[in-house]
Amino acid sequence: MKVFAVRGKFENKFGESIMSDKPEYFIDENGLRLDGRRTDEIRPMTMEMGVLSRADGSCYLEWGNNKVIAAVYGPRELHPRRLQRPSEVLVRYRYNMAAFSVEDRIRPGPSRRSTEISKVSGEAFEPVVMTQYYPGAVIDVFAEVLQADAGTRTAAINAATLALADAGIPMKGLVAACAVGKVDGQLVLDLNKPEDNYGDADLPVAMTQDGEITLLQMDGNLTHEEFIKAMEMVKKGCDQIFELQRKTLISRFGSEDDVEALEGSIETEPEEEEAEELSEEEVPSEKEDVSDTGDNAEDVDDSGEKFKEDVADFDEQRESGSDEEDKTSDEDVKDEEDEASDEDVKGEEDEQ
Amino acid sequence: MSSEVVSRLKKDYIYNLMLKGQREDGRQFDEARDIVIETNVVDKAEGSANVQIGDTRVMVGIKVQIGSPFPDTPDKGVIITSMELNPIASPDFEAGPPRPKAIEMARVVDRGIRESGAIDLSKLCITKGEEVWIIFIDVHVLNNGGNLLDAASLGSIAALMTTTIPYEREGRGEDIRMPIREMPIGISLIDVGGELFIDPTYSEEAICDTRLTITSNQDGSICAMQKSGAGSLSEAQVLKAVETALERAAVIREKHLLNI
Repeated sequence: MKVFAVRGKFENKFGESIMSDKPEYFIDENGLRLDGRRTDEIRPMTMEMGVLSRADGSCYLEWGNNKVIAAVYGPRELHPRRLQRPSEVLVRYRYNMAAFSVEDRIRPGPSRRSTEISKVSGEAFEPVVMTQYYPGAVIDVFAEVLQADAGTRTAAINAATLALADAGIPMKGLVAACAVGKVDGQLVLDLNKPEDNYGDADLPVAMTQDGEITLLQMDGNLTHEEFIKAMEMVKKGCDQIFELQRKTLISRFGSEDDVEALEGSIETEPEEEEAEELSEEEVPSEKEDVSDTGDNAEDVDDSGEKFKEDVADFDEQRESGSDEEDKTSDEDVKDEEDEASDEDVKGEEDEQ
Repeated sequence: MSSEVVSRLKKDYIYNLMLKGQREDGRQFDEARDIVIETNVVDKAEGSANVQIGDTRVMVGIKVQIGSPFPDTPDKGVIITSMELNPIASPDFEAGPPRPKAIEMARVVDRGIRESGAIDLSKLCITKGEEVWIIFIDVHVLNNGGNLLDAASLGSIAALMTTTIPYEREGRGEDIRMPIREMPIGISLIDVGGELFIDPTYSEEAICDTRLTITSNQDGSICAMQKSGAGSLSEAQVLKAVETALERAAVIREKHLLNI
């Protein structure tokens, strides 16, 4: 990344001058951003699945300077029982930043910010996870931000999707997340740190492969027209991420031939089609559930009986371990209640 | 979305009505309930407002105190927003520390006020780096008839507009009015069967999967958004929702805020 321009005086939209570390410009005369990207380019992303042996599924993701690890446990018995849903599985998502992940240490434990992100991120997965399987159980998704550099909630979602796939959780498709923002009056895809801190808008979005929006937040200032354009841009960003997720899935579950075939095919085949075919054709049956795309509802209904049995088996298996789980879940509850800070102290904290 | 206690039978009834574009209280999908705003309802608070949207009743109080600024904004006042889902308001609310739902709503209200620049925080500095005014926005839900977020957002800006900064009480000169320069208004829409409905009642909220809240400014720009709930929205729905929210916000601003 280039060295930032000198500290300077700037004006906000109300004409006040402010002193800050804000760079003098975000986009240079060649249309390149501070880190050399074009406005519609995402930061380089690498993903690796199956990185944690104890978890049912996991994924490590680096996106620019973000480092995120996601793990999935479950489906497993849900404690406390009052949270159980009689007809579906609960997707419980925990977004957490490591104390050392940012410049100024953050106090460990849930904050109001992380509570909100956890809530909306979990909701971003509910439309894709086939929740009718495993009624009464819980799928725990833990997303840990190890190093934060703008866009951690989207990075966490991208990692969590693959962790869910790694755990063999039946899903209707993948979820990709990406943010679009505004700097120097221009829309830019996937904000970097200075753009996030000093930019004029931030719009994180998560969507499914068929373009259904499952997470949408925004702060800053966008005109109606800018918003429409921003949604177009973010869709293209997510498409790029789907492609990367697909490759990662194939490199984990497919053979080398598949990877080669895939690399040859990218240019020729339309992307969307490929994405749908992926799980049916190109992923061999090592992990059956991943290939369960469940595109049509009938499939689900037919297999309902089988799954009830599965759940019964699974309940039995869990009996022995349940004491330990009781403890941990109680602690979780306690932690949440301990969180005394019920006040929204700062907007700045949002900008990680 | 909400776990509000609504019988299965009633849910089915409302859902089927909504699929036909009708609503339990006879409104159109794009028709809102009447809004009543009263300001300065609590003398002890520096600013306050009582908002009623249909059966929904929310009270917002503003307290202003002297405190220290954040190190990275030494010359700016501070906004702190909290929301309490008081057990008085619904059989579904429990006493105790705020749960994710309340935290989320408070943060969406906060984002609207903060990101729109509604309060000129630089005018709330007393001594740079040492003393600034801290604005506490406390949203108290008294009756949950649905659409709490819009009521909270509207109540917050209305209460702020009537707030005085108590210089005199602190022995520091004359009171000033809260430096307000923008009127952000949040509008929520729910998705039922692909159709978007504004101003949902609590039973309508109970049957929907997805809510989208859009907070907009006087010039029609957007300053905050939040999708909430377990469903998804198509791009077309989002764009339509933004359009509706901008129109609706302009109407409310004109009718209810400009005369405060």
